[in-house]
Amino acid sequence: MKLKKLSLEQKNRYYGLYFILPWFIGFLLLFMVPLISSFRYSLSNLQVSNEGFTLEYIGLANFREALFSHESYVRMLTESVINIVVNTPLIIIFSLFFAVILNQKFHGRVLARAIFFLPVILASGIIASIENGDLMQSVVRSANDMTGGGLSVMKNLDLTIMLLESGMSPIIVEYLTGAVSRIYEIVSQSGVQILIFLAGLQSISPSLYEAAKIEGSTGYEAFWKITFPMLSPLILTNLVYTIVDSFISDQTSRLVVDTAFKSFNFGLSAAMSWMYFGVIALILWVTTALVSRKVFYQN
Amino acid sequence: MKTETAAGQPPAKKEWLERLGSTAYWFEAIKKWAWILVRFVLIFGISFVILYPILLKISISFKSMSDLYDPTVIWIPRTFTLENFKLVFTAMNYPSVLMNTLWLSSAVMLLQTITCVLAGYGFARIKFRGSGFLFAAVIFTILVPSQTIMIPLYLNFKNFDVMGLIELFRGSPANLINTYWPFLISAALGMGVKTGLYVYIFRQFFRGIPREIEEAAYVDGAGYFKTFGRIILPNAIPSMVTVMLFSFVWQWNDSFFTNMYLNEPKVMSSMMSSSGFTIATYLTGGGQAAASYTQDPFFMSMMMNTSVLMAILPLIIIYLFVQRHFVESVERSGLVG
Repeated sequence: MKLKKLSLEQKNRYYGLYFILPWFIGFLLLFMVPLISSFRYSLSNLQVSNEGFTLEYIGLANFREALFSHESYVRMLTESVINIVVNTPLIIIFSLFFAVILNQKFHGRVLARAIFFLPVILASGIIASIENGDLMQSVVRSANDMTGGGLSVMKNLDLTIMLLESGMSPIIVEYLTGAVSRIYEIVSQSGVQILIFLAGLQSISPSLYEAAKIEGSTGYEAFWKITFPMLSPLILTNLVYTIVDSFISDQTSRLVVDTAFKSFNFGLSAAMSWMYFGVIALILWVTTALVSRKVFYQN
Repeated sequence: MKTETAAGQPPAKKEWLERLGSTAYWFEAIKKWAWILVRFVLIFGISFVILYPILLKISISFKSMSDLYDPTVIWIPRTFTLENFKLVFTAMNYPSVLMNTLWLSSAVMLLQTITCVLAGYGFARIKFRGSGFLFAAVIFTILVPSQTIMIPLYLNFKNFDVMGLIELFRGSPANLINTYWPFLISAALGMGVKTGLYVYIFRQFFRGIPREIEEAAYVDGAGYFKTFGRIILPNAIPSMVTVMLFSFVWQWNDSFFTNMYLNEPKVMSSMMSSSGFTIATYLTGGGQAAASYTQDPFFMSMMMNTSVLMAILPLIIIYLFVQRHFVESVERSGLVG
């Protein structure tokens, strides 16, 4: 056997390749090839028939159509981007905060954790989309509002006026009250992030906190000087995860799917998804470039 | 952040009285209890927000038609009824859909876990020029939205062929749309729902296992694959539990690929997206209820809520059994780099 003559290190290399082989085949056949053909489709007019499909090169016409003559693409794209930009920081702050809380010792912690991770189990675009257009839910909700129960605890209006009168900038106030009314959306999108932060908190050595305590630091200081830097790589991970996760179920991706399978305009749909991907990639690039400079690595 | 350690073991009585007199003691105590109160309110509030839609669905699904029009009924129905469940059960063909979904999700879960644990181990251990590039490819598969490669994938599976082999035997490429093969093939080749994430989790985990363990096994005469099976895999069980649960649940909930590959609603997620339509056809075609029911948006909405509840119910039941293990396993799974 030829392998016998190699050193252990070299052997490892070849065996390592065997391990990734199934994934690599999938990557080539089910990812790389479709990605390239998708790009080709976006530049052509694709006609599907029973025998197969025909391609006709039309240059950038699909991109032009999506940008300039499609009735809702540009609007939905901007809305999606605004959504991502607004929601992502909220989700990160929310999940960091609750991970810290869930990491403390208190009665019913197991139950609280079980409930907080329910969104991981239930998070799904389809449940949310049914929820939004649902008549019964809105009826019960409005009944609740009238009787003063349920979610109307968050009376946004009074809060807004109060904050505005106390001299806060209207933009910040709007952002905060908007966050309160979107609480369900935020909660249901932060299950995995809480999980990641919680796992990170568990891996911070308790001796750091002990040392800080002996030196006389308060809990507040310990958070900003120990917890926050130690978790900063995970903040980056979570940022990327949140951004990637948010484009799975949003309206632009639904439009892309509908364009392909309802109006059978495959070329246009491919062009739309490529532009969408471009925008997302830009957002990701900017965020990672900004955040990774501040990230603290232990080694 | 450990405020609760303020009160240690019970001090002697004199000391205790002295401490009662000091303002610092009271300040600390108030701070501690205020934090406990705030924490309780926050956790309780958010738990309520999370449970609210589920509670609402449970409440709606037990209601009867008369409760729907009764303005005094909000949460607790006046007349409990199981009619909604029975109707959805027969209209959606629930048992067979449930079995299909269970079967598909478990098969996908197993295949994905096997492929991803192998790939994760490979990525953690191979070192040569280009291995970093390969791992960048994993990250790339996470970043590219599935919508981008959706059409070629669809056409691929519609005219499925492996290097002309199938055409050679059958005369034409196989049409795999509306079968489970697209899911199984993509799962086995590590390209299913969010598979890049699983590879990433496993790779992070295996990087944390010291190489010395493997080297000890080699010295003792175990082969490469034996070492992997006997030494590495048993250690990887926490992260495998995490990945298995994620992949089961996300396959169960996935509506993107199921709607794309399956024309008929055979599994839960595609069932849910068309449940209103299915129930309406059943009611008008089955002749068991008056056609006016289907015209009533309240009634249809009640049915939708019941069907969504029934679709997520098995997941919630499974979760109740594994949640404790799940949370613990994530903490030890190396999800954190």
